[in-house]
Amino acid sequence: MSLINLAFKKVKTEKRPALLTYTVAGDNSKKKSLEILKSIAKYADICEIGFPHNTPIADGGQIQSSAYRALKNGIKIKDVFSIVKNFKKSKQSKPVILMGYYNMIYQYGDNNFINICKKVGVDGLIVVDLPYPENKEFAKKCKKKGISFIQLVSPTTSPSRMKKIIKDSHDMVYYISMLSTTGGKLKVSPKKILERYSKIKNLNKNKNIVIGFGITEKTIASLRKADGLVVGSALCKEISNSIKKRQNPVTNVTNIVLKLRKKIA
Amino acid sequence: MKLKKKIPLIDQHNKNGFWGGKFGGNFIPETLKKPIEDLTELFEKLRYDKKFLKERDYYFKNYIGSPTSFIKLQNLSDHLGGAQIYAKMVSEANGGAHKIYNATVHCLIAKKAGKKYVVGDTGAGYAGKMLSMAAKKFGLKCKIFMGAKDIKRQKPNVDAMKKNGAEVVPVYSGSQTLVDAVSECMRYWVSNCDNTHMCVGSTVGPNIFVKICGWSTAQISRELKTQIQSEFKKIPKKIKLINCVGGGSSAYGFWSEFIDYDKKQIELIGVEAGGPKNSRLHAAPLTTGAKLGILHGAAAYVCQNSEGQINDTASISAGLDYPGVSPIHCFLKDTKRARYTSATDEGALNAYKLVTKLEKIKPSLEPCHAFAEAIKIAPKLSKETIIIVNSCGDAKKDRDILKERLGKIN
Repeated sequence: MSLINLAFKKVKTEKRPALLTYTVAGDNSKKKSLEILKSIAKYADICEIGFPHNTPIADGGQIQSSAYRALKNGIKIKDVFSIVKNFKKSKQSKPVILMGYYNMIYQYGDNNFINICKKVGVDGLIVVDLPYPENKEFAKKCKKKGISFIQLVSPTTSPSRMKKIIKDSHDMVYYISMLSTTGGKLKVSPKKILERYSKIKNLNKNKNIVIGFGITEKTIASLRKADGLVVGSALCKEISNSIKKRQNPVTNVTNIVLKLRKKIA
Repeated sequence: MKLKKKIPLIDQHNKNGFWGGKFGGNFIPETLKKPIEDLTELFEKLRYDKKFLKERDYYFKNYIGSPTSFIKLQNLSDHLGGAQIYAKMVSEANGGAHKIYNATVHCLIAKKAGKKYVVGDTGAGYAGKMLSMAAKKFGLKCKIFMGAKDIKRQKPNVDAMKKNGAEVVPVYSGSQTLVDAVSECMRYWVSNCDNTHMCVGSTVGPNIFVKICGWSTAQISRELKTQIQSEFKKIPKKIKLINCVGGGSSAYGFWSEFIDYDKKQIELIGVEAGGPKNSRLHAAPLTTGAKLGILHGAAAYVCQNSEGQINDTASISAGLDYPGVSPIHCFLKDTKRARYTSATDEGALNAYKLVTKLEKIKPSLEPCHAFAEAIKIAPKLSKETIIIVNSCGDAKKDRDILKERLGKIN
């Protein structure tokens, strides 16, 4: 069983959703981002790690700031891989999902990128601008290497399309809670989100469906029925705030992750 | 990779939206799949709907002022002493540039789609100005995304947008130019696609936006073909159609009727922004042999580093200051139907000086790149060769830059 599936299995026995964190590799430095990851892994069930791109078309302000900081620090893809590798050295069983935009993978070469992912211990991949069915080939290549390709579905995904995507999906599916870039204010009621979530879940109960976008300390408890919940912008924002206040982002981000975890315990 | 004849270039893509099997496509977030599908369906219906075409033609004629004139630049031709130089004065179109064609069509589509809001990106400010004009005309609320750097350097167009009642949203991320404005506009659309129509300002972006824009600007070459026939009685044996290329919307519009001709008879020359002389920065992905990459939802040649990060660009003309280029121009390049070159900032300024000294026209800095190439090659060509430059923008918007760089404006 894959580490991602194991993580979901474990939280189910604890009767809670999985907590997925998203931070950007290299924010605010290579060393610090690794420290943040190691520290939050105590409370997070799955760690999503963003590889920063300078023309993101679906990220809100908080994640953009994180990405620009990382790029300013000179982060390269090879650094992202080395962060994953080092993280996995101390947290072997913690699933890692890399997330980013397709151009960076494309420049690296699909096969080359997937092979290195496998080598450093990446468990899953999210490619924001490679939708279904264009991602079919790429997803197949991932599966061959034992890496989960994570499909995204959104409130605009039609029912017939949803069925196809779920059918072709791997261990986990990411449901975008609302029409928004990352980090938007939750503009749909949790009840409505969960209604739509159930419809997707009912298509195949064996798939792990996580909800992301707009999830913060305030909103997370109301969505705890989901298989998993992703928090990203709130963490990126905390890194920005910590830098502004000259505080240690490792402590501050860890505190937030702990609080989030307690809310869904 | 081969071009097909008798099929508009915008329609020569495969079922996944790729021209030549690798340019274009739809690299978009899941949320935009449905809105783009809906838009595609609507556009494919409307473009064959006689009533809609009648409506379009009505506004092209009575609102845009089509056809724009076709004139000979006798003094410039005499001065250079080679090819005969003509200009298609697209800058006469309502608002002062070709962008009005795309803006008008998008607003007509938005109305048919029942959308109340329209958003768009802009570099030189023309796409934004025209969208704000058309939005006002058709009763749509309008929001324009524009890089903070461009807002400063293209103030006359910003003033115009505001006067038309549009909200101009400054974009402070990245290089604060067109590339960031397009990203921000797409991000806005991701969040508001349920009630908002998005207009991409050039033949770039996901497949359908390339098509709608090209379909709109193609009017330019339909007019030109008639005008050439009435001027010369038949299509001359040697023509060179020179056009500046940023995203590539005016060039496609200028060329579309002539792509089927043999290139020995009608040569298509695209001129990209070479940036400041002696600078490594430019906005010329086709001329410099940039690698294929994904930018703003499409695969095309893109100025980028080995990691796939998009490069900063530099050009005196905000309208050409874009690291990517239309997938259909990549296709025209690789099939060798069009030739692409670049002109520097200084080259464009010199062209402006010479053209405005000898002729009664004032092309903006974007078409001045095309004039720079015309000035360069005309003396070497025979008197029987016809050069036609698309003078696709008016220099009014550039008054501050021209004042700064040339001291005074002719």
